[in-house]
Amino acid sequence: MDLLGFVIAIVKALIVLVLMLSTIPILVWSERKLSAWMQDRVGPNRVGPAGLLQPLADVVKFLFKEEVMPQGAEKWLFVAAPVLTLVPALLAFAAIPIGDPIHLFGREVTLQLANVNVGILFVFAVGSLGAYGIVFGAWASNNKFSLLGGLRAAAQLVSYEVSLGLSIVGVLMLTGSLRLGDVVDAQAGTFFGFVPRWNLFAQPIGFLIFTVAAFAETNRAPFDLAEAEQELVAGYHTEYSSMKFALFFMAEYAHMITVSALLTCLFLGGWKVPGLEHIGLGPFLFGVVQTLAFAMKAGFVLFFFQWVRWTLPRFRYDQLMTLGWKVFFPLGVANVMLTGVLLLGSR
Amino acid sequence: MTVGVKVVKAPEMTVWERLYLPMVFKGLAITFSHFFRKSVTVQFPEERPEYPYGSRGLHRLNRDSDGRVKCVACDMCATACPANCISIVGQPSPWPDREKMPETFEINLLRCIFCGFCEEACPEDAIELTGIHDFASDSRENMIIDREGLLAVYDKTAPSRPRRAGKTASEGASNVEREGSLHA
Ligand code: SF4
Ligand code: SF4
Repeated sequence: MDLLGFVIAIVKALIVLVLMLSTIPILVWSERKLSAWMQDRVGPNRVGPAGLLQPLADVVKFLFKEEVMPQGAEKWLFVAAPVLTLVPALLAFAAIPIGDPIHLFGREVTLQLANVNVGILFVFAVGSLGAYGIVFGAWASNNKFSLLGGLRAAAQLVSYEVSLGLSIVGVLMLTGSLRLGDVVDAQAGTFFGFVPRWNLFAQPIGFLIFTVAAFAETNRAPFDLAEAEQELVAGYHTEYSSMKFALFFMAEYAHMITVSALLTCLFLGGWKVPGLEHIGLGPFLFGVVQTLAFAMKAGFVLFFFQWVRWTLPRFRYDQLMTLGWKVFFPLGVANVMLTGVLLLGSR
Repeated sequence: MTVGVKVVKAPEMTVWERLYLPMVFKGLAITFSHFFRKSVTVQFPEERPEYPYGSRGLHRLNRDSDGRVKCVACDMCATACPANCISIVGQPSPWPDREKMPETFEINLLRCIFCGFCEEACPEDAIELTGIHDFASDSRENMIIDREGLLAVYDKTAPSRPRRAGKTASEGASNVEREGSLHA
């Protein structure tokens, strides 16, 4: 790799990191605002205009809180766990493309950190490492509530990772590639001239399973059993305070961002906007609009995540397991079969 | 069955409801409709809700028509007080129409439970509870209100809240009023 390529890679890495880390405060703010509006409240409105500086106040609060480590805690793991939760979520984003390659300084620059040919597998593999952080943190806390939360997180991960994997097999069969860019490219154009050729319409069952499993993956309500504050105090992060807790907190949102971007790529056509190429925008403007389209789609998914959180009550543990193994697993297998049969039939 | 047992059956869910997803979307629609409703929040220090006349807050010591403190230091309120938070030291009164007046009259607002028994016990209608409720402080000492403080509360609230003496409960209840903060 020459020097310019190296510099571009570094700059891209920095941009992705800064973008993700600066989206988290926005999500924290919107989570508060959305929940407030749904409950006929106002939400934060004292710190800055419309409470926009509330996340900043949160950060200051986290920084000045006392760091507590429980007696008998496994020191190394206890400290490492929050990092182990946050880093995979940030890492997984590396393989997610956010736009068509652009031409810069006379060379092609992909809008993606690592254009690996097994992109989807990479995202899944790295993204689910985050659960280790949760399990480690829970176990290292030397607290029974934390441990229960960790156990739940582990069981939940095993149950839903299977469905998550199965849900995208259909998509991969349609595309024939594990590269996320190819998956998005295959979604350009329309069905019958008006329905966007998104996998959402080609693979509705896969989309449903993926969405539900994504909630379980990110430990978001209605599957936030690892946290379950009514039963487990605060679940796996009961013993965490100050910035260590903040890292867990950020990790949840970072996971959400990654999963939303992945969902957008896999099922919502990524940055493809049907009919955009007929408008006749310049190549630069075209790229900007596409990337904006991607951000808006991912943003809507994020909004959906929060919307669901403030609507649905938490599942009971046995319901969660039943749903995972008895409903989504067979449904996923059936979806793969169905896709295979339809593909064969259309040959 | 000897004991009256009422068996409540959980309502059977229809297939549509058991599919779960339709109900999820119904729920999402409900929460979405709330986005556009008016919020019920009262922005407290700037906006003040209307409290009913009978709401019980900070005490005041009433003055009579000559501006003198009405209290005759009979100690009835202190006796009635279940929280034991009123302490009165009496002194001979300089006026011919009564024997005593309070030299000191202190209420420990941290101990007070705002039951209003003092107001009911007072034979002179000298002590009354106002609607003021925001009198937080950063020290315990500041939460003990003395005679002058109590009289000051009267001076502040008298225009908006005339003495309740002689009023029936229903007359009082119809008088919904708004009172300012003690520190405002
Ligand atoms: S309101 Fe009740 S507790 Fe408070 S001073 Fe009067 S009698 Fe005592
Ligand atoms: S406030 Fe009323 S009850 Fe209390 S000492 Fe004075 S006159 Fe007696």
